[in-house]
Amino acid sequence: MSNIVTSPEHSMEGALEDAGSMGSIVKVFRSNIRQYGMLIALIVIMLFFQFMTSGTLLKPVNLTNLVLQNSYIVIMAIGMLLVIVAGHIDLSVGSIVAFIGALAAVMIVKYDINMFVALVACLIMGGLIGAAQGYWVAFLKIPSFIVTLAGMLVFRGLTLALLEGQSVGPFPPTFQKISSGFIPDVFSVEAIHITSLVLGALVSAALVYLSFRTRRNKQKYNFETLPVSLFILQNVALTAAIMYFCYLMSSYKGLPNVLIVLFILIVIYTFITTQTTIGRRIYAVGGNEKAARLSGIKTSRLSFLTFVNLGVLSALAGLVYAARLNVATPKAGTALELDVIAACFIGGASMSGGVGTVIGAVIGAFVMGVMNNGMSILGIGIEWQQVIKGLVLLMAVFFDIYNKNKG
Amino acid sequence: MSDIILEMRNITKTFPGVKALDNVNLSVRQGEIHALVGENGAGKSTLMKVLSGVYSYGDYTGEIFYQGQECRFKDISDSERLGIVIIHQELALIPLLSIAENIFLGNERQQFGVINWFEAITRTRELLKKVGLNESPETLITNIGVGKQQLVEIAKALSKEVQLLILDEPTSSLNESDSNALLQLLLEFKEHGISSILISHKLNEVSKVADSITILRDGATIETLDCQKDTITEDRIIRGMVGRDLTHRYPHRTANIEETIFEIKNWNVYHPLHDDRKVVDNVSMHVKKGEVVGIAGLMGSGRTELAMSVFGRSYGKRISGQVFKHGQEIDVSSIDKAIDNGIAYATEDRKTYGLILIDDIKNNVTLANLNAITKNAVINEPQELMVAGEYRDKLNIKCSSILQKTVNLSGGNQQKVVLSKWLFAEPEILLLDEPTRGIDVGAKYEIYTIINQLAAEGKGVILISSELPEILGVCDRIYVMNEGKIMGEMPKAEASQEKIMQVIMQQEEIVES
Repeated sequence: MSNIVTSPEHSMEGALEDAGSMGSIVKVFRSNIRQYGMLIALIVIMLFFQFMTSGTLLKPVNLTNLVLQNSYIVIMAIGMLLVIVAGHIDLSVGSIVAFIGALAAVMIVKYDINMFVALVACLIMGGLIGAAQGYWVAFLKIPSFIVTLAGMLVFRGLTLALLEGQSVGPFPPTFQKISSGFIPDVFSVEAIHITSLVLGALVSAALVYLSFRTRRNKQKYNFETLPVSLFILQNVALTAAIMYFCYLMSSYKGLPNVLIVLFILIVIYTFITTQTTIGRRIYAVGGNEKAARLSGIKTSRLSFLTFVNLGVLSALAGLVYAARLNVATPKAGTALELDVIAACFIGGASMSGGVGTVIGAVIGAFVMGVMNNGMSILGIGIEWQQVIKGLVLLMAVFFDIYNKNKG
Repeated sequence: MSDIILEMRNITKTFPGVKALDNVNLSVRQGEIHALVGENGAGKSTLMKVLSGVYSYGDYTGEIFYQGQECRFKDISDSERLGIVIIHQELALIPLLSIAENIFLGNERQQFGVINWFEAITRTRELLKKVGLNESPETLITNIGVGKQQLVEIAKALSKEVQLLILDEPTSSLNESDSNALLQLLLEFKEHGISSILISHKLNEVSKVADSITILRDGATIETLDCQKDTITEDRIIRGMVGRDLTHRYPHRTANIEETIFEIKNWNVYHPLHDDRKVVDNVSMHVKKGEVVGIAGLMGSGRTELAMSVFGRSYGKRISGQVFKHGQEIDVSSIDKAIDNGIAYATEDRKTYGLILIDDIKNNVTLANLNAITKNAVINEPQELMVAGEYRDKLNIKCSSILQKTVNLSGGNQQKVVLSKWLFAEPEILLLDEPTRGIDVGAKYEIYTIINQLAAEGKGVILISSELPEILGVCDRIYVMNEGKIMGEMPKAEASQEKIMQVIMQQEEIVES
């Protein structure tokens, strides 16, 4: 009797399971659409321009160029993300880039100060600038928009004063290497840069190991994980993307120095934001400052630190920028702050604070970068480039908010 | 009098996956005060949103008859035109505009878009007189208290020629005397033939003013009680709301009180903006191990200010006095020091001060004691998940997962997350400020049970509450505060609502004379 009753149920369950695995893929996709949405958008944009430029976009030379062009924006976007997550904004980073570039040029070119001393001095100066602005914001409670708007004017002015209205350059070759250098190849093989490939392989292996470990941990605590097939697919796709990228780069001059710096920064800041107390607390401050304060968190100090951090990273970006142009000009970095802020918002950060990821900001920066690059190759005028970039920013944030409301 | 002004028939409203209202019926007579009660999530607010046109016709099924006509409202302005006005729990006033500007917002006294201020202000004066509010029409909303703001909302409703006034938890943030004034006003309106629907958690108010009571539970009408025919007790209403007899509203506890663990001596606090206003005046009090101590008093009597200033000087200026734990003076000059010294403060306003609403349960629970799950500044995530899971089970937090965002939890469950956060910080003394505000009867019982457990574990609990029955039901000893001073202290055995009110009123008389 009971057999008769249970057997149809059994087959029903089987049918449900089949529908389930199909349904689970859809479900996985839905629940991750916000996380992967921008990555997918970036890939689509890259494929689009790859097709439109008949393959120029992903040519090794152009790809290298793309990385170099956007490196300083990515560096600042990482710092800006923390400031935005803490619930603030910084409009002065473009001016800081110019000011630090000018400072470096005056020290190195005019006064012939030792390059490494000058570099360290510039980074410290960046920290001091961040501290000065952060002090007004965090402890004197002046809105960051106002403080950094003032900073934007002040440091642009100081740049002009420092350079006496003129361009100063060129930098010595060692300094230029910050931006235009490539990692040395320890294996001497013609036509291909083996070290870059080896590095790529190591990074891939590390990432696969990490994702495997996370999955095991999740399973241990009974959390939802991707089905095995999707998990493997995800890792294969990731590895393939990294190796293809490294292959392209190594068939030109190999990995640029800046890319290594970027990679290290991304790893460090991803770790800080997701795994450490200080990272968690910055998100809490941005999410609800009052509740965070009443939970014993020193909210003002954290806000202050995010500005100091951005100051140092802006200084680093300023050095990269100056090295790339090989000259310090009073107009350097104009409107750069807007690209940086746009990168964070395209990458999913929230205006009101408490939301955003480092990887998102980096992807956001490359979305803007690929569009700049692709449209330039296509010969689209600067006027229409601006219009298109503006609309993309608007659509990206709309997409994000629309998804949030639906979820 | 017994004409039916409103009849809602078989109202059904579904949200994706949930049936919020299931064949609900409601009929309101002309000129009566009709109370709508039920636990949180029973569907009261949804029903009122259907009635006022927030959910337009077609979003729900069923019929609405108002003054004998079938109504199909498209939006709020449709229902307002017929004199149905809803006042929401969160007041919809613009703080930096004047009373007059707020009253006529969206309904300006104007011609060709130019506002006639003389008319607006004259009319506002009349309306304010009707609701008994003695303020200038040009006063900014931000400069008057919540009680008066509520009256402005009612004046605004009157300006729309209201026939049926709907009030959603109007007294939840009012003190005793403001609440009474508001209820009195409803009774006056009744004399003038205006009907009201009153949504409230405060059953004593409901039984005081209501002519009939409709009880909702799980989206369905349970019953309508006629208060003119029978005397309806609070217990009778509760039985309908929870579907069973709640024989004890407060769980039983055998107190095991030991030595004094916490003491505040000669504590003084001044207002953060008005330098010369003393909000806490020479307060001394103590808590024993395993004891639940209540602080009774009206809103604004300095209870929250006392608790917050002790908790790391999170409120006030020019703070002086001493705090002792186990007889040793401790440093509470900043919040992290207070937490390190074993003090926790669970706020009265959990949404603004208690939770990171955009964050999940897990992150909220561990926030105040991240160091406990951290090694070398790195958070041990598996351990964190385990901790959050433990508290979910221990406090019975109803959620889909500990990764659910706290903004999506009900009030009672949000409060449990706040309590979890402070329990995880392992305090010895807990300052609980209105821990049951705005949560339903069932969840209240659970919170009381948690308080009892804390006391049984040997912690000292200070409970601040505006609800006297709660103070009497839960506390072992009661301090009465008024005007920033401790006016009296009594053990549970000697305390009663009358006695507490008497102590408060005495002071009022002294002040007046």
